[in-house]
Amino acid sequence: MSPQHIVVVGAGQGGLQATISLRHAGYAGRLTLIGAEPGLPYQRPPLSKAYLKEGRAEALMLRPQSFFESKDIAYLPQTTVEGIDRGAGEIAFHGPDGKGRLPYDHLVLATGTRNLRPPIEGLEHACDLRTLADAETLRTRLGTPRRIAVIGGGFIGLEFAAVARGLGHEVAVIEAAPRLMARCVSARMSEHFADLHRGMGTALHLGTPAVAVDAGGVTLGDGSHLAADFTLLAAGVVPNAELAAEAGLEVENGVRLCGRLLTSDPQISALGDCASFPDPRDGQRIRLESVQAATDHARFIAARLSKGGEDHYAALPWFWSDQADSKLQIAGFAGPGTSEVVICDGVVARLDDRGLVAVETVNNAGIHMKSRRLLSGGTPAGLDDLVQIAA
Amino acid sequence: MVQVTYVAHDGAETTIDATEGDSVMQAAVANDVDGIVGECGGAMMCATCHCYVDEAWAERTGPRDEGEDDMLEGAASEITERSRLSCQIKLTAELDGLVVHLPEEQL
Ligand SMILES: Cc1cc2nc3c(=O)[nH]c(=O)nc-3n(C[C@H](O)[C@H](O)[C@H](O)COP(=O)(O)OP(=O)(O)OC[C@H]3O[C@@H](n4cnc5c(N)ncnc54)[C@H](O)[C@@H]3O)c2cc1C
Ligand code: FES
Repeated sequence: MSPQHIVVVGAGQGGLQATISLRHAGYAGRLTLIGAEPGLPYQRPPLSKAYLKEGRAEALMLRPQSFFESKDIAYLPQTTVEGIDRGAGEIAFHGPDGKGRLPYDHLVLATGTRNLRPPIEGLEHACDLRTLADAETLRTRLGTPRRIAVIGGGFIGLEFAAVARGLGHEVAVIEAAPRLMARCVSARMSEHFADLHRGMGTALHLGTPAVAVDAGGVTLGDGSHLAADFTLLAAGVVPNAELAAEAGLEVENGVRLCGRLLTSDPQISALGDCASFPDPRDGQRIRLESVQAATDHARFIAARLSKGGEDHYAALPWFWSDQADSKLQIAGFAGPGTSEVVICDGVVARLDDRGLVAVETVNNAGIHMKSRRLLSGGTPAGLDDLVQIAA
Repeated sequence: MVQVTYVAHDGAETTIDATEGDSVMQAAVANDVDGIVGECGGAMMCATCHCYVDEAWAERTGPRDEGEDDMLEGAASEITERSRLSCQIKLTAELDGLVVHLPEEQL
């Protein structure tokens, strides 16, 4: 029997999608969506891309206010869930009208991540890029010519750097690892993007950590000082899993989920950025930070809650990043220890001992989509299969 | 304002007043029209905004953009010569009255 009151905590892309999919799947019970941020739920990817250039906040909204009325969803913005009382089946929250409690039959945690604050001195001088409010601040700052330092050569730092450089600012990227996006892409792709950014005139400081930030710039590990009018901190995130941990749920690189996306309490599910789950391919525990994972998790949980079933989550991960004129697309997920083979210009295969695990492409949607199909097929794919579709 | 009519797979019609400059995908999402997902927000990355442009409008919406063909290959429903990614159709005054048909599935 499906639950009578489902409460979703966190109104980002995953939390909202859970409510959309629950109603779509025919769930007719009471449904509440609670989010700490003000306004309507919005999408984050454009915050480091189109929004910085165009500034159209209304284009980010995922659904209009009327959606919540027509689908009979109680949406509580600017409301933070402060505790879960699992014994009583209640959550405690704090909103614009003060504190309150709300009973649930099933709880979905979709609390996302927050920016990592590494032990760097003077970080109060650095800006973040996680929320619409952060992006608004950055947009204002991009209004006058500046020297900008970006701490972190991952997707968000580099997307921001590409936009800022494109607008004519002087930009320097500081990355502690020896190459860009090292956690997520092959060495060949890192190189492609390093060439792209250098070609645009962005300074890349690789293999040098930032050790201090002040109002005038950033001090690097080698003792040099980089002058900057403002600094963006984009050095990764931490999952918002404290709520779960305090309620006694298992936490392991985020809220720990089983293959059915349930926490250690069968009345509580979790999804998206805040949760780790077994990779359907090899059972390794992974946590993804992508629209795909957030929305596919949400759809899976909604189907389970409204129709039941014992299925395990099996969606193929995919991801994209837009940097200047290079559209990077990744089909599949490559963990640490995977090798790489360059198939042709802008197409890189990632392999482990069982075969093809991921395909990275630049400006090649055709091979990306074919790779998605190849990797979601029932049988394991090999290098030959990819060579064939790339031919 | 530009009027757009979305015809769902079961034949149900929804007509909305959209903002000029928005895409057919954005207009659907902003007006709570079911049947268009638009997961990537119009970045041409997801193919969940597939639509079939009504025959009478095909000429005015023009041909597919570069890269659209490739993404459409991954769409969940049948592709025809009228298939477009609705995030790539920008609403101009010329498209006032546009009719698009929606596929059975987007995922
Ligand atoms: C600048 C930027 C660019 C990105 N670009 C891409 C991209 O190109 N492609 C891609 O696939 N992904 C991209 N991502 C990642 C993508 O946006 C996230 O993976 C996705 O938003 C995750 O959804 P979520 O619902 O898990 O979490 P979120 O969208 O982060 O939502 C979590 C929400 O929960 C709220 N919350 C947390 N704790 C509580 C609480 N206790 N009570 C109430 N509310 C709470 C938070 O305030 C937040 O609003 C980008 C992210 C950023 C920041
Ligand atoms: S919205 Fe994703 S391709 Fe159109």
